[in-house]
Amino acid sequence: MRVSIKWLKEYVAINLPLSDLAHRLAMAGLEVKTIEDIGGWENVVIGQITRVDPHPNADRLHLVKVGLGKEQQTVVCGAPNLRVGDKVAFAYVGAELIDPQSGETIRLKSAKIRGVASSGMICSEKELGISESYEGIMVLPDEAPVGTSLDDYLGDTVFDLEVTPNRADCLSIIGVAREIAALTRQGIRLPQVSYEEVASTIEQQVAVTIDAPDLGPRYCASLIQGVKIAPSPRWMQQRLLACGMRPINNVVDVTNYVMLEYGQPLHAFDSPKIKGSQIIVRRAGSGEAIVSLDGVERMLASNMLVIADKERAVAIAGVMGGANSEVSQETTSVLLEAANFNPVSIHYTARSLLLPSEASMRFERGISPELTIPALRRATELIIKLAGGKAAKGIIDVYPGRKERSPILTSTEGINQFLGTGFSQDQIIGALTLLGFEVEVADSASEVRVTIPYWRGDIQQAVDLAEEVARIIGYDEIPQTLLSKSLPRQNPEPIAALKEKVGRSLTGFGFQEVITYSLVGLEALKRLSPDSHALKPLPLRLANPMTTEQEYLRPNLRANLLVALAGNRKHEEGSIRLFELGKVYLPRQNDLPEEREVVCGILSGPRFERSWQAQDESFDFFDVKGVVEGLLTKLDVEASLEEAQDESLHPTKQVAIVLAGSRVGVLGEVHPQVLKAFDITDDAAYLFEIDLTSLLPLTLGQKMFQPIPRFPATIRDIALVVGAEVTHQQVLDIIKGFPLVGKVSLFDVYTGEQIGGSKKSLAYRIAFQSLTYTLTDEEVDKVQEQILSKLAKEFGATLRA
Amino acid sequence: MLAQLEQLKQKALWELENIKDAREVESWRVCYLGRKSELTKILRSLTILPLEERKTVGAYANELKSSLENNLDERKKTLEKVQLTTITRVAGIDITLPGRPIPIGRLHPITQTLKEIFDIFISMGFQVVEAPEVELDYYNFEGLNIPEEHPARDSMATLWVDYKAGGRPILLRTHTTAADLRIMEKLKPPIRAINAGKVYRYEASDATHSPMFHQLDGLAVDVGITMADLKGTLYEFARRFFGEDRKLRFRCDYFPFVEPGAEMAVACSVCQGSGCRLCGNSGWIEILGAGMVHPRVLERGGYDPEVYSGFAFGMGIERLPMLRYGIDDIRLFFGSDLRFLRQF
Repeated sequence: MRVSIKWLKEYVAINLPLSDLAHRLAMAGLEVKTIEDIGGWENVVIGQITRVDPHPNADRLHLVKVGLGKEQQTVVCGAPNLRVGDKVAFAYVGAELIDPQSGETIRLKSAKIRGVASSGMICSEKELGISESYEGIMVLPDEAPVGTSLDDYLGDTVFDLEVTPNRADCLSIIGVAREIAALTRQGIRLPQVSYEEVASTIEQQVAVTIDAPDLGPRYCASLIQGVKIAPSPRWMQQRLLACGMRPINNVVDVTNYVMLEYGQPLHAFDSPKIKGSQIIVRRAGSGEAIVSLDGVERMLASNMLVIADKERAVAIAGVMGGANSEVSQETTSVLLEAANFNPVSIHYTARSLLLPSEASMRFERGISPELTIPALRRATELIIKLAGGKAAKGIIDVYPGRKERSPILTSTEGINQFLGTGFSQDQIIGALTLLGFEVEVADSASEVRVTIPYWRGDIQQAVDLAEEVARIIGYDEIPQTLLSKSLPRQNPEPIAALKEKVGRSLTGFGFQEVITYSLVGLEALKRLSPDSHALKPLPLRLANPMTTEQEYLRPNLRANLLVALAGNRKHEEGSIRLFELGKVYLPRQNDLPEEREVVCGILSGPRFERSWQAQDESFDFFDVKGVVEGLLTKLDVEASLEEAQDESLHPTKQVAIVLAGSRVGVLGEVHPQVLKAFDITDDAAYLFEIDLTSLLPLTLGQKMFQPIPRFPATIRDIALVVGAEVTHQQVLDIIKGFPLVGKVSLFDVYTGEQIGGSKKSLAYRIAFQSLTYTLTDEEVDKVQEQILSKLAKEFGATLRA
Repeated sequence: MLAQLEQLKQKALWELENIKDAREVESWRVCYLGRKSELTKILRSLTILPLEERKTVGAYANELKSSLENNLDERKKTLEKVQLTTITRVAGIDITLPGRPIPIGRLHPITQTLKEIFDIFISMGFQVVEAPEVELDYYNFEGLNIPEEHPARDSMATLWVDYKAGGRPILLRTHTTAADLRIMEKLKPPIRAINAGKVYRYEASDATHSPMFHQLDGLAVDVGITMADLKGTLYEFARRFFGEDRKLRFRCDYFPFVEPGAEMAVACSVCQGSGCRLCGNSGWIEILGAGMVHPRVLERGGYDPEVYSGFAFGMGIERLPMLRYGIDDIRLFFGSDLRFLRQF
């Protein structure tokens, strides 16, 4: 809401600097977004042309004498509209003006024009920065006081206020004036409205019925006949412009002016165009259409409210008037509407029709039905003043939605307890009274009965009064205390701790965390499978996606990580290790989707940073496996790895991560075709994706201390030759199955001619260990032989020569 | 005999002085202090001397022995030092070569910021609660006094899910305040909870807007909680997050789910309150919205507003690192660009 300070001053005295006022308003809830100065002219005063003589040396120039009150100046002027008696803006030498040709600000100097000295200048609107017009000088109204500075006369300051949705009353100059008055402890002056009426009553000429009182609780109208449509006077146009509205004609400008002044939207109909002289407030018929004032045909729905005459809709109630009943240059009789409409309905209508207006913005925030009459009378008065004509006697007032508001009972002690303040009863009552509340001290000492003024529809219960008290006395007066009651029991969510542990582990492993959008496109999801079909489960779709790239709730994290990898690969030649910890969203029947916490990591490129001594190696499958194994170790869980069939991964280079019989994730090399689909061509990439929600219960076990062995271990290395199909895991399981076997590590894998093509050699270092005594070589030899014979039996394993 | 010893001393010390290599030291030791050394021989032969001479020569010889030993130690130390310097100079390394790179992983700046804020509130007795991002209209709007067609919905353009949960509309939560009723339903007073995470708006992406961003909300419900408690809690947070000296502003504002409502701002870090482009000339940067939980919201959460009161606050997360580090484009947070992320 743009508010002219000059206009405000008509209702309330402003005795403090505007920046202080802005601060006070902001503290009380009305934030001033910008403070804009209009004018700011220096050395420009109002003058009157007293004489116009031809220039002795130039045909198109004149010598103009300008009276400035105490003195008179002569200037050379070429404007075509010089007229003796006109009030003009006169700039002294030294004034800063805008050069109409270049648009730059220049300082006026004294000059000799064609041999005649010119000490000053009569200004055009463009030179003053008021408008683009510079064909002639600006002519001021007759009432402009000669000798006063133009800045005092035309200058203004505009506050652009951020009005919160609860304060429809502050979408008006008077509403803001009331706030200022309360904050600066004074009263306000409201316009005194009076106008003459002719004998014939409005009821004899127009009838109003409300068919939908739920959507239109009140409808008031006046009738003014014999008006003459013309532009409104400069002062009104200036105020409208200052407040961001475009002047149209005197009648329409009055409706807008009074809307800005009182906060009550008004509408003027060309009265003879109302068929049957009847206004009907009703729901739109299904399929009904209306051409609104902006010339667009609007299809209406049956839950929208229209203002209609006997035959058709003439306005979309509270949103925009209809072209069929619009005030035009020929209009002589105006039916003026001031009504109240249901906020929900207006919001729905304006939103559905994509037609937000100054009127709808006020109605949808809920303005008081009591506002109609004062605003209607004020507008009627102003129309008569500016456009002539006579008002029919009386006002039509159909008010089926009248509601009595009962006073709110509260207590000053209660307010203090709630706010944590120690305001006195006088302070509290004083604050409320300043706002126009009537406060009556009730039975007990601190109880008060507060009657709410009609314009404050937002005040409904005691807490609302507490806010009023706090903001008028000042939020700065609220003390700062810390919660002092007993501390609640802490029940931290275990998933949060798991996520933090995973994040810390992975950053420790050199992974960079990323956060990507939870919304993905189907295209990206399809790229995750080599034959480009969407992966299951099918993701949840948005009803109103903004783009196709952000249309679905992601069912996995890997699509975004592949995109992140591809993006970084464009400028990173080193190793890339990324991970994301975030939610995936899986549809559930008749319920909100299941939000599962997932961690996904990806690595690609050289294993070591390019360095003066680094080996030139690339990541491979065992890097990603190592990361997952390391992560699981950090989480104190042991997983087995099983064969998997994940479409995004290389068919033979992937494994499922299995814990306690359930699959919690997968790791492997990204399928080359999938990589290609994501535009990653140079390097292979390896990823893991683990469902932390499934993993969580398995990480909650109690860890037990293992004593450190007090007796030395016996270390034995064995190099086995087995068939190529035998896996490390199979051999390991057998070795680990024997007693006294402690740590087993695989230290060499060899395939080659030395041992035959279909064979491979696996070399293990086995630590034999007893917790209770020192093993003898004989004992170890025995177990080792047992191991070897079992391996020989199971896999035909032999010792490598 | 003494003269012989004196000569031996001169010779030994002169030789020791001229030794340049640690290995020569050992042969010197063998030569002068070893079992077959001249000195040892002399010491052994003392018995054949007359008593008087034995005393003087013996004393002198022993003195010489310990003196030579001391000199040997000294020389050894010096040589070791010399050797070390020589080694580094001759067979040494260029210590200015870069060390072997360690892969550095970092948490996302948003994760870091959230952790910092969590720690502050946890120290004030708040607990971190998880809440869904995909929500029912009820928890995000209706239950928070934002019914359909309420103008407050206009400022939170919503992304809706194309599916209904048992006939109820589903949306992507527009604010973390959506967790408040769930928390009230789940926990018993005294409640002090914070929740944080992603929120979503139907908003085109630009330098200051993103369809997805992060928020953190706090909620306290108990008997006797006051607006002064809210102000004190928020000031305590701000002092710890922004520093002791940062000026703060606590002003009236409106949110449908609180009454009274408030907004807290910190003095602009660029202009210190005098007004600049960053703060839109106001001198203040809004950090969070807050207020006393509205009685109707308390009721819906299962609390009698005559008995219980509470406060709630909510803040956007991205703008905090944006202000702290001077980041000028919110989209950088979600672009996964290592050149950006490595800076934090």
